Amino acid sequence: MTDEALPEEQLAALLALLPPAPHAWVAAATELPAARAQIDTIVARAEQDAALRARLLSDLESALAAEGIEPTATIARELARRLAGG
Amino acid sequence: MALAELPDAELVRRMRSGDEAAWAVFVERYSRYVYAIATRAYRLREHDAEDVFQEVFARAYTHLGSLRSDDAVRPWIGQLTRRLCVDRHRSTGREELEAEIEAVSPDDEMARIDEALSLRDALATLTPDCREVVDRFFCRDESYRQIGDALSLPSGTIASRISRCLAKLRATYEGRNEVALASSQHDD
Repeated sequence: MTDEALPEEQLAALLALLPPAPHAWVAAATELPAARAQIDTIVARAEQDAALRARLLSDLESALAAEGIEPTATIARELARRLAGG
Repeated sequence: MALAELPDAELVRRMRSGDEAAWAVFVERYSRYVYAIATRAYRLREHDAEDVFQEVFARAYTHLGSLRSDDAVRPWIGQLTRRLCVDRHRSTGREELEAEIEAVSPDDEMARIDEALSLRDALATLTPDCREVVDRFFCRDESYRQIGDALSLPSGTIASRISRCLAKLRATYEGRNEVALASSQHDD
């Protein structure tokens, strides 16, 4: 923070420091609340069903598809983290 | 007041009550900040930066409810991102890059990124027209012609609008800083 007038070049340089993050990254993070409900459900089931847990750990995307859940990157990443105990 | 104009504390309060639109605004508000820390201050490779980016928001979503002060979101997000970036460097074993990063000092870069975020806060108070041309020109590095094509305006209009909006931005930013400075002196 400064109490002196910022030259235009400095203002421009500061603005350039914050380009947008890739759209797909932002979209995936935005999707998280909706994905979380599905994740909570499947994690709860996996805790009760060892066979389901084994299928999820060996081939996450296929196991999710078989459960009727679209294996988006957000769901796959978050679920892998939860199943690993993260 | 529109969601995008809400202060962090109010946004967090709404997120805690399950407002998904508030979460989307929160992600939008901090996405550039997290991205800049990962890619500029810590120079993570693209896929590592993406993992850190998603991890920051996943943890934010999980832990925002236990944040002690709703006003402390920004430093908390900054600190969380830094910690995850450091962890990522250690886990990938890129020691030579770690030494390089220490040489350029992430602290200095973080200070600049924090100032840039404060400047964006000031930008957010300008009109949508101003926000758009300033963002396209300075942040997205678009040319007058690209901006003119996107907004169906002649290039000359774009140039004068950028100049006018930058002057407004400077005045707004410096005004906010003067208020913050006076407030901190009053607190002292």
